[in-house]
Amino acid sequence: MTKVSMTVNGTPMSGDVEGRTLLVSFLRDQQGLTGTHVGCDTSQCGACVVHVDGKAVKACTMLALEAEGAEVATIEGQAAADGTLNAIQAAFQEHHGLQCGFCTPGMVMSAAALLKDNPKPSEGEIRHYLEGNLCRCTGYHNIVKAIMAASGQDVSAIAAE
Amino acid sequence: MPKDIDAKESGIGAASKRREDIRFLSGTGNYTDDINVNGQAYVHFLRSDVAHGRITSLDTAAAAGMPGVLRVFTGADFEAVGGLPCGWQVTDRFGEVMQEPAHPVLAQGKVRHVGDPIAAVVAATAEQARDAAEAIELDIEDLPAVVDMKAALAEDAPKVHDDLTSNLCYDWGFVEENKEAVAKAFDEAAHVTTLELVNNRLVANPMEPRVAVGDFNRATGESTLYTTSQNPHVIRLLMGAFVLGIPEHKLRVVAPDVGGGFGSKIFHYAEEAFCTFAAKALNRAVKWTSSRSEAFMSDAHGRDHVTKIELALDADNNFTALRTDTHANMGAYLSTFAPSVPTWLHGTLMAGNYKTPLIYVNVKAVFTNTVPVDAYRGAGRPEATYQLERVIDKAARELNVDPIALRRQNFITEFPYATPVAVEYDTGDYVATMDKLEEIADIKGFDGRRTESEKAGKLRGLGVNCYIEACGIAPSNLVGQLGARAGLYESATVRVNATGGIVVMTGSHSHGQGHETSFPQVISEMIGIPEDMVEIEHGDTANTPMGMGTYGSRSLAVGGSAMVKATEKIINKAKKIAAHLMEASDADVELKDGQFSIAGTDKSVAWGDVTLAAYVPHNYPLEEIEPGLEETAFYDPANFTYPAGAYACEVEVDPDTGKVTIERFAAADDFGNVVNPMIVDGQVHGGLGQGIGQALLEGCVYDEDGQLLSASFMDYAMPRADDVPFYQVDHSCQTPCTHNPLGVKGCGEAGAIGSPPAVVNAVVDALRSAGKDVTHIDMPLTPARVWAAMQS
Repeated sequence: MTKVSMTVNGTPMSGDVEGRTLLVSFLRDQQGLTGTHVGCDTSQCGACVVHVDGKAVKACTMLALEAEGAEVATIEGQAAADGTLNAIQAAFQEHHGLQCGFCTPGMVMSAAALLKDNPKPSEGEIRHYLEGNLCRCTGYHNIVKAIMAASGQDVSAIAAE
Repeated sequence: MPKDIDAKESGIGAASKRREDIRFLSGTGNYTDDINVNGQAYVHFLRSDVAHGRITSLDTAAAAGMPGVLRVFTGADFEAVGGLPCGWQVTDRFGEVMQEPAHPVLAQGKVRHVGDPIAAVVAATAEQARDAAEAIELDIEDLPAVVDMKAALAEDAPKVHDDLTSNLCYDWGFVEENKEAVAKAFDEAAHVTTLELVNNRLVANPMEPRVAVGDFNRATGESTLYTTSQNPHVIRLLMGAFVLGIPEHKLRVVAPDVGGGFGSKIFHYAEEAFCTFAAKALNRAVKWTSSRSEAFMSDAHGRDHVTKIELALDADNNFTALRTDTHANMGAYLSTFAPSVPTWLHGTLMAGNYKTPLIYVNVKAVFTNTVPVDAYRGAGRPEATYQLERVIDKAARELNVDPIALRRQNFITEFPYATPVAVEYDTGDYVATMDKLEEIADIKGFDGRRTESEKAGKLRGLGVNCYIEACGIAPSNLVGQLGARAGLYESATVRVNATGGIVVMTGSHSHGQGHETSFPQVISEMIGIPEDMVEIEHGDTANTPMGMGTYGSRSLAVGGSAMVKATEKIINKAKKIAAHLMEASDADVELKDGQFSIAGTDKSVAWGDVTLAAYVPHNYPLEEIEPGLEETAFYDPANFTYPAGAYACEVEVDPDTGKVTIERFAAADDFGNVVNPMIVDGQVHGGLGQGIGQALLEGCVYDEDGQLLSASFMDYAMPRADDVPFYQVDHSCQTPCTHNPLGVKGCGEAGAIGSPPAVVNAVVDALRSAGKDVTHIDMPLTPARVWAAMQS
């Protein structure tokens, strides 16, 4: 066991982990941050996306020890302290960008990383960026629409408004 | 009930935002894997890595001595325990019941598919359980495996189950009495179109893998199972009564937030029974979390039909008869509702939207050394729609007539309509949905778009089809006659609190469908109180009435109807209380906008005054009615509901690579009345995504030895955001269901049923536009398959 320390959503957190402990396991099992989900074992589904030092990372593909000293952001830290949803979260609700909610934390975290680098992505850019995030419920329609809306684009002309 | 009203802000027809989204968007959902019980241990299952074999030795001593290991269980521990039950018994065309093999919790002597659980290691940590499983010494004598269904039916085929007479589960004919008349119609036909096709085996793959946490309280003797289920009461009944022998009052099943199901979480699985059993045996909670790789070899698969369909037409292109011959894969064991899928959920839908007078369906269900196959989004109805709509398209091309016109010519136009396959459609308007489709898909503009595509070096195709499905399963007395071993009613308890707020405890289960939002819309409409005065509780057998759960678009049609019935009882009683308070006759009391009033007078009392009186009955007709305001209703539907629609897909095909791109997709559906149009749109979008996935990408692949080659997201191609377009969906054509109080039909499966034939019809159309003599390509239409078809 080795002690690992990092800052998660602004709060210092530490714990003893095995060398093989994944970052997602540290967050979920040791810190009780169960908003980050595990949907596969091949780094394909993206339900576990978090930000490590500002970059989107699949937390199932990073060892907890690799995040030593890092600033980690998870879905639990996205809303304001009073619970007010951020612009991406609010757009997902407004445009019905989620159904069962299981892929949603990863989608929101990926969308945040995308909009940081590309504040006004096109539909095609969003779809391409989300290749690493699987959703089985929405057919992606309202996820793409929500991300466009969150970036301030007019989505009123998109089909099935 | 009012119909879908434009721009309504609340109640029925309003696009109310989903309240459940707040917890899902902020990471505070409560999925089964988020549940941890103090002191819980973890189980890892050792699974068969061969498709068929005899266990010749199984030595767990070394594993049992590994660090942290509490106990290693094998099939021997379950010899006294019942096997996993099958919930539907099909009777074959000769009047004999189906062959029904035992389905042990852990393998008893033989393994029958890759993934069949053999032993289970319970340890203090998940890692210790996994490590110890590798120390189990196991010898399996390989036996020849059967994977192909027709090979499995050969005289000398290896038998999946030694104690059965063959690998044939049943040979079902429907309607058997019509067989000769159908043959005669084919003899007399002016034209017969024949098509052989495969409905590819799929894996449901909800994003949340299955999880089970078993717990046991020695002081009370109560077992609790937290599980990823679409129907916790069904699991309680099946597991309690048929597997473990636990009476229902000593067994609680909780299905909390569930991350998608699509059918795969209906069934009772071995891992649930194991965790409940082991928790009692060890007096310690036991948790299992499936990996995705495990899910591929232990979740029930879907589809996997091989069909020959023939359509007979007269000289005027009227459909005169339809005949199908299908082999349906059951896999190695009968999953909970597997036998019903290729029979009563498939044969009864073969009429589709058309007035074909004579139909005969033959289905041979076959055991193979593969993962069990059961219901997946649509369950039998996508298979029926796909073959029917493909053969109609082929007939149109052979007869050189417009595929849309051929469909229109044969539409059922009068309702109710009794089909020759034993169901009666109550309402529908297939002309209206086709008209709507032609409008929203801009069918007239297709030729122009094809010209543009061709200029860019691409082939463009248009595929159109209809679908119908049977939702809202089902009248209990009917399904009982058909072999169901369960009733298919639904329940609701409506509990009004003293200050007027309402909690509805429903037997329906929400795993993405948004019941917590849409169900309150109905009550809000009925009573005239704000939606946020109503909460929905579901998923816990300890506090909800016995319900049959959520699948087949039954939640609103059946569960919602139960809620309406219970709310009607509430309103009737509340009117009596209000009448007493207003010193009037309850027959004169009206309820509107949360106010009770007497017509023609200025007398009125508010909803909250009445609910308070019910619980503080100081001024109350105690000699006539009891205090309190809580009612339960069970609703058993009189018929299925029959949503229907018309879909159009436009594809581009790259002639150099065979790659297919979905350029446009339009869906015009008739779901009857709609409670929340936003949620309904979302349901259709999701179904389209899965149907397009089936058509272009997904397919479960076994090699000839029964090895599962597509057992991860690296190998099984799930649809991704850049595989699909924005969809054009419309549900403004509404013919309300005539036999449920909401007039709703259900929308959950439509997209997955209606879209695969549209995609394949479109690709065939694209290739034919380039002069290729292609009549069919089997799904998934991968670039390799499309390219190969273009070369032939």
